[in-house]
Amino acid sequence: MDFYLAAIIQALCFGPLVIGLFLSMKIFNIPDITTDGSYTLGAVITAVGLANGYSPLITLVLAMLGGAMAGSCTAWIHTRLRIHALLAGILVMTALYSINLVLLGRSNKPLIGYQDIFAAFKLFTQADYNTLAVLLVGVSILFFAMSYLLRSDFGIAMRATGDSEPMIRAQGVNPTRMKTYGLAISNALVAWSGSLMAQFQGFTDINMGIGIVISGLGAVIIGDTLMNLLKIRVIPLMLGCVLLGVVVFQSILAIALSAGVDANLLKLTTALLVLLIVALPRVGGFLQFGRR
Amino acid sequence: MLQLEHITKAFNPGKATEVVAVQDMTFRLEAESYAVLVGANGSGKSTLLNLIAGSVYADKGKIWLDAREIQRLPDYRRSRWIARVFQNPLTGTASSLSILDNFRMAALRRSPKRLKLGVDAAFKRAVTEKVATLGMGLEHKLTQPMGTLSGGQRQALTLLMTTMADVDILLLDEPTAALDPRSAREVMAIADRIIRENRLTALLVTHNIAEALRYGTRLIQMENGKIIRDYDQQAKSTLAQAEVVSWFDYY
Repeated sequence: MDFYLAAIIQALCFGPLVIGLFLSMKIFNIPDITTDGSYTLGAVITAVGLANGYSPLITLVLAMLGGAMAGSCTAWIHTRLRIHALLAGILVMTALYSINLVLLGRSNKPLIGYQDIFAAFKLFTQADYNTLAVLLVGVSILFFAMSYLLRSDFGIAMRATGDSEPMIRAQGVNPTRMKTYGLAISNALVAWSGSLMAQFQGFTDINMGIGIVISGLGAVIIGDTLMNLLKIRVIPLMLGCVLLGVVVFQSILAIALSAGVDANLLKLTTALLVLLIVALPRVGGFLQFGRR
Repeated sequence: MLQLEHITKAFNPGKATEVVAVQDMTFRLEAESYAVLVGANGSGKSTLLNLIAGSVYADKGKIWLDAREIQRLPDYRRSRWIARVFQNPLTGTASSLSILDNFRMAALRRSPKRLKLGVDAAFKRAVTEKVATLGMGLEHKLTQPMGTLSGGQRQALTLLMTTMADVDILLLDEPTAALDPRSAREVMAIADRIIRENRLTALLVTHNIAEALRYGTRLIQMENGKIIRDYDQQAKSTLAQAEVVSWFDYY
């Protein structure tokens, strides 16, 4: 049971990340690889902040600001220098590796003994339940804030930017600015996840962000499939689908691990799982074609 | 009133592939006039429209909108005054957004998009009333995504969207080129009604000679980046379709 509780906690830690990826990949149609770097950046800033005695909340704000800056860099490279978003993201991600290493001072830092954000509530005797409570509150705040944002006039402009740039230009919106806001918000959320994960696992590692964009993408695609299946077009429900997607994704991984998949093969399993999720609709079509 | 003074635009300047799309053009569009622009492919019509809208910038010359010099402003700032309908019905609207959200953006064409919920009951009522004037039954489908509608419906809605905020100049870039004959007829009739009712200043680019003769108060032909024929309403009314078609037989 504890094993699955850990999976749920991990999924909730990824909550901001998947909402961020939903924003960049689905709403703006930008494949943003900065994620791998800004996730670690969030964790690194958290480690440095907590080690210097900053309160967990201030640390979280700093981590998110760091992520927002990383996202703005990618957006700047993509929009001002007109470099493909994929390449812009990879460039920033690569640069962030060094920045993270310099900030952290070494490749791995334990956070045991510091006051972390999960100690905010002391409702239960068991630490995991307190962690779960804090995460549920955090994810609820995220959910309500994002559903408000995306339904506001500003949010409609954001969604329209990803849809048709000529349309939104004709309605008086500067798409460059919109994309910058979008990637900044997205990467701030990603950094939030990095910060949560570092505190949950009790250490920050310079390599913890590798492949994180794929885990997030898997969850977003599960969410997207749910939206299409249920014909969901209302923003809060869409966000709900994405959050459900990350819980499903992490649970599948947890089941795979408990079924005896070697932990060293975790990334391979993740990649294969995402491949399966992405390919399933196409394979379905192929099978139908074969039947004809 | 829109005024172009000695506007020149060349693509690939200095290269073997240089094309002078608009050449030293001086042209004035009076307030509340509805000009129709015809011309062969590559004659510079679309470039002219893009120059006015701000999607491309002129190499030389000035563009005045009333007393304002606008040739250096980007398109998203000119959209305060200039509304557009594109050739591709998919371009003028956001497909994954609902009809209502599309209209919300159009209503804010002249104003900043703030962090407040603008789609309320009153706005919904206003859009319902407006969409009902199309007589397409779309007023019952306001929460549907634009992507589920046909090209004709989307084009009609794009036209209607331009009237959600004040418009000084309406640019129509072959709005019916991608539509079937019936939808094309409907969209042109809607455009005509909107232009008359709101007393808009409009510029229509079209390849359809029948449309060009039927609508508008002025007919202009472009060739090689220049205006070669310019008929006012009276002269235009005496033109026959065959005559206008013969303008294109210069090879």
